[in-house]
Amino acid sequence: MLEDLILTVLMTSVPLVYAATGELVVERSGVLNLGVEGMMLMGAVAAFGVAMVSGSLVLGVMAGAIAGMLTASLFGILVLGFATNQVATGLALTIFGTGLSGLAGAPLIGKAIEGLPQISLPVLSDLPLVGKLVFSHDLLAYGAVAMVAVVAYFLKRSRAGLVLRAIGDNHDSAHALGYPVLGVRFAAVLFGGFMAGIGGAYLPLMLTPHWAEGMTAGRGWISLALVVFASWMPWRVLVGALIFGGITIMQLAGQAEGWTVPSQFLSMLPYLATIIVLVLISRNRDFALANSPACLGRAFRPGK
Amino acid sequence: MQGNRIPLILGAILVVAAAAMFLIPKKEQEEVASAEPLKVGFLYLTTPGDHGWTYAHELARQEVQAHFGDKVETTFVENVPEGPDAERVVRELARNGSDVIFGTSFGYMDPMLKVSKEFPDVKFEHITGYKRSGNMATGNIRFYEGRYVQGIVAGMMTKTNKIGYIAPFPIPEAYQGLNAFAIGMREANPNAEIMVIWANTWADPVKEADAAKVLVAQGADVMAQHTDTPAMLQTAEKAGIHGFGQASDMKEFAPNAQLFSSVNNWAPYYIAKIEQVLDGSWTTGEGPDHWAGNTWKGMADNYLELTAFENMPADVKAAAEAAAAKVEGGYNIFTGPIKDNKGKIVIKAGDALDDGRLWSDVFFYAEGIQGEMPG
Repeated sequence: MLEDLILTVLMTSVPLVYAATGELVVERSGVLNLGVEGMMLMGAVAAFGVAMVSGSLVLGVMAGAIAGMLTASLFGILVLGFATNQVATGLALTIFGTGLSGLAGAPLIGKAIEGLPQISLPVLSDLPLVGKLVFSHDLLAYGAVAMVAVVAYFLKRSRAGLVLRAIGDNHDSAHALGYPVLGVRFAAVLFGGFMAGIGGAYLPLMLTPHWAEGMTAGRGWISLALVVFASWMPWRVLVGALIFGGITIMQLAGQAEGWTVPSQFLSMLPYLATIIVLVLISRNRDFALANSPACLGRAFRPGK
Repeated sequence: MQGNRIPLILGAILVVAAAAMFLIPKKEQEEVASAEPLKVGFLYLTTPGDHGWTYAHELARQEVQAHFGDKVETTFVENVPEGPDAERVVRELARNGSDVIFGTSFGYMDPMLKVSKEFPDVKFEHITGYKRSGNMATGNIRFYEGRYVQGIVAGMMTKTNKIGYIAPFPIPEAYQGLNAFAIGMREANPNAEIMVIWANTWADPVKEADAAKVLVAQGADVMAQHTDTPAMLQTAEKAGIHGFGQASDMKEFAPNAQLFSSVNNWAPYYIAKIEQVLDGSWTTGEGPDHWAGNTWKGMADNYLELTAFENMPADVKAAAEAAAAKVEGGYNIFTGPIKDNKGKIVIKAGDALDDGRLWSDVFFYAEGIQGEMPG
């Protein structure tokens, strides 16, 4: 039973890991995109639609990623091309994505597909204790961990990652050194959309194989909180997502076990935990700001 | 700062365009008839895209349009939030010449009541509420009747004697359903127990799927839900167990898992009410008595319909059919003696909850439900 509960925790965390890791790269480049929820929804509806029509889940995931990128590119053009206010544009993107995904998804209502198959590695998944937990997931779940590793390596070890961080910390200096500030930021925004799109695609392809309007139900916002929670460090996103997923599942399991705590309070728990952690982190200023991109949310206008 | 204007305007256009997607009334274009058609407006909480609550209302509206043809012109507004926005939309519909306005969510009650006093010639019909005035009536479906039949089937189907139940918010309607389910289950199987998860949402498919997985992990082999999406049934299908659909037929999502769905059928209610308006016999049953003069019907009148009993042995099917017939024959499910899960008698022998008390005296966990009631 515990094994099954932990498996559920892992699965419910996967979309958060994707969306938050993408947003982390965006923020490290100095751009704050509050439109994660909208990008996830666009990814979800595109993934479901394409998977249903084509019968291919791989195509579905790709469609989700592309839809997320297209939505993100709209944000990128406004924020980088026209230097609009990032907060306002990000919020508008969420509203836009919610509305458009609802419109596009209307014909998909009431349709069902088969979810992604789980990959059970024959010998390994029979191992006691860890076998089922480690070796019997879908490809996207393994992909989430891989993406965290890639992003962590990219930011810390690669030259391109260093440039991206430099742009996030001081876009004027980076510009003076000849780095393409807007180009790099646009690429980061697209990557954020790509990841949010995959995170969104995971919901209707894997977690519950149907499309429902607004089915992300706030998971985009949780992903944004996770980036701060992780103090902009990729591996901590993984930890944060697991904690959040763990508390979500724990409160459901607790209710089924008949815990005598009001269910409204239990439903609040994951969010409460997120807020508490955020408060704890920001109490220590040095810790909070250690990896915080100095130019986060500030528009860059070359030649000024 | 001059240069900042264009992006700001662009941003504003994006916001307005996005907002406009939500609140534009959509009209069914009908041929203009010789006589002025009766104008009927509907307020929807979400879009029919929920494939649940609002979807059922939209199907009924289409049936209304088909039934009356050009005698009636229907309009609907989607995504109307409960509260001040609802008041604005209701007033707008009334001002634009609607003769009848149906509000399809509980939270429209007070806004509609307020506007009903400003427009005494307009007829207001509020779904699932309890306040009414000289020109505002109430309509509802006895959803709990279907859950009693579900309980009997669940009790007979379970091997583990553990049944999962995903509940929405702790409101009277949810307790009516949960307790009716438990009463039915215990009649069929006194050893079965219900594990309840209050999801505190009507529709969050991922959370519902998570709750269902948790229930499966804790040994449930039959699950029921009062939330709206097919997520729970899909989980049941994957886990190879059984469950019941909610609000609309969900067989497509779980062909091997669905035992049956309780389907809300609002069309007879809408048609009856509009006919009353057309022939001048429409009344409201104004007053404090909960359902006097108003519409609260169930399985007997096809307001609540059960889909085909499937994926169950013949004896369970026979029991389900017998239970359905009993309810249709007028049997009161909340007939004493009924005990709560601590063994205390909550409805005495010889007593039964009438329509008024079904809204005030249902706050208990009937025998067979595990745990404590939420706050």
